[in-house]
Amino acid sequence: MGRVKLIIPTPLRQYVGDRDAIELTAEDVRGAIGALVAEYGQLRRHLFNDQGNLRNFVNVYVNEEDIRYLQKESTPVRDGDTISIVPSIAGGSLSALDLLAAKRKDGLSPQEIKRYSRHLILPDVGMAGQIRLKNASVLIVGAGGLGNPLGQYLAAAGVGRIGVVDFDVIDLTNLQRQVMYSTQDVGRPKLDVLKERLHAINPNVDVQTYATRLTSENALGILREYDVVIDGTDNFPTRYLVNDASVLLGKPNVYGSIFRFEGQASVFWASKGPCYRCLYAEPPPPGLVPSCAEGGVLGVLPGIVGSVQAIEALKILLGKGDTLVGRLLVFDAMRMKFRELKLRKNPDCPMCGTHPTIKELIDYEEFCGLRGPNEQVGEEFQITVDELRSKVQDDGHVVLLDVREPLEWEIAHLDDAVLMPVAQVPSRVNELSTADEIVVYCKSGIRSARITNFLREIGFRKVKNLVGGIDEWAERIDPEMAKY
Amino acid sequence: MAIVLTTAHVRAIEDHARATYPEECCGFLIGEPGEPKRVREVRRATNVVAEDRARRYVIDPKELLGVDRGLAGSGRDLLGFYHSHPDHPARPSEFDLENAAWPGYSYVILSIVGRSPNDLRSWLLDRDGRRVETETLSITQE
Repeated sequence: MGRVKLIIPTPLRQYVGDRDAIELTAEDVRGAIGALVAEYGQLRRHLFNDQGNLRNFVNVYVNEEDIRYLQKESTPVRDGDTISIVPSIAGGSLSALDLLAAKRKDGLSPQEIKRYSRHLILPDVGMAGQIRLKNASVLIVGAGGLGNPLGQYLAAAGVGRIGVVDFDVIDLTNLQRQVMYSTQDVGRPKLDVLKERLHAINPNVDVQTYATRLTSENALGILREYDVVIDGTDNFPTRYLVNDASVLLGKPNVYGSIFRFEGQASVFWASKGPCYRCLYAEPPPPGLVPSCAEGGVLGVLPGIVGSVQAIEALKILLGKGDTLVGRLLVFDAMRMKFRELKLRKNPDCPMCGTHPTIKELIDYEEFCGLRGPNEQVGEEFQITVDELRSKVQDDGHVVLLDVREPLEWEIAHLDDAVLMPVAQVPSRVNELSTADEIVVYCKSGIRSARITNFLREIGFRKVKNLVGGIDEWAERIDPEMAKY
Repeated sequence: MAIVLTTAHVRAIEDHARATYPEECCGFLIGEPGEPKRVREVRRATNVVAEDRARRYVIDPKELLGVDRGLAGSGRDLLGFYHSHPDHPARPSEFDLENAAWPGYSYVILSIVGRSPNDLRSWLLDRDGRRVETETLSITQE
């Protein structure tokens, strides 16, 4: 038993004769509060619920400690202790009704109305259009140069659900054009960073990420969940895969591509116009069209093309305007010109023609010749960077044939190498001698593999391909060498 | 029922709400009880809620206890609390009613939209603790 002081909070003083403290004798907290309400009956309903338990917005402290962390109501009290009844003060701005409104898909919350006000006063969007966007979903394949502006603008515009497929991590070479990523993001998965950025732009958007390569096995399952598919990739196998899967599912495919100073965009939608295969039934032979990694790209270009794609996606979702169905938009940054080519649906298209021959997804790597014999070099015609270094150090009797482009050569090359870009090799082959030991290299070992095979076919026997190219050399042998 | 604040108090609440925007801010209203209640000081409290800080606030009971004890014998009392509703109206939410339902305290809510103060109102719970009613809020110059 102890004589304790019970401190009464301001709102309850009216029930205890306006006193701010009551002295009483009790064994524990329960006893003290029991004695208090026994004397001041009106307090009971403020402190206890119908079940006789302390209300959840009543905190009780013995001296400096919350009784929840002591022995709760059984906490003993001693002479001189102070028991304080402390109101719990909490709240918030969002009522259950508001929460419901934000989650509801058939209307806009007051915040959403403010956020999208510039859309809402736009004649072709308005309330109905914005609600359509809120209910819409878009899949972006690739979180790179095109995926960045696409994600940014579509999230800002209020597209309800945005899916992104990518498996890459951010590399320093990406930052020149993939402007949603910062220097400190290098090494992080693109999807993680992109999701953060998109949520920062618009927390209402549901961002779904697929950390995988899009394949013939998973494409239909992923694309099926979206209203519009946007192709933001830079390789032929994925481009054909996205096209074929979109045709099979009847989805519009917003296409864009970039190379050096030129960009292209179109909307392939088989039910309304041509598909990508109507334009290019088959991919170009591998190596003929260099990738951005090989040929370079102006950093701003994906900003233009990605924005064009984002506009097309929004128009499709809103059902407004003339989309690029049946038209190929070609943008030339050097001449600063937009041109337009008419695209016709090919009745003999194997994918969307009158008698399609392709009815399911195929092996696109093989289709694009990437598993073809050209890039496969027999084990005995391969040389690793370590073997090459030993060879150079031992006798030096080896001709290093660099088959890259002059601009690549300027960034870095191996000592004593000979520059002979891929396209010049057939006409300059007489500069090489079959008697020499030749090691062919390029950036990563793909172009050089083709040249190795070419040289072997025309009679060179002592020719080898440098596995991993100059990238591997810089990585393993010469860390000082510039990488690109 | 009425509560009197000065323009300086209102400015202090607005500054606090701007500083924490888009999260909610909260604080104490201290002054002389009576009719009307006269606020003599607004004091910032720390919003200790862990999640959803744009829409929720919680004042640490220990901080509240400290303020209450500090006022004992000073002639001043804790008259109520203020908090901000970023991008929401200055009326109590259901959550406010369930979690801050103390009759006698004034609950002043500032609606702040896009960092601009929008509306300021004071609310009281009736004596039964069942209904919330507006409290007359006067703002004086000094």
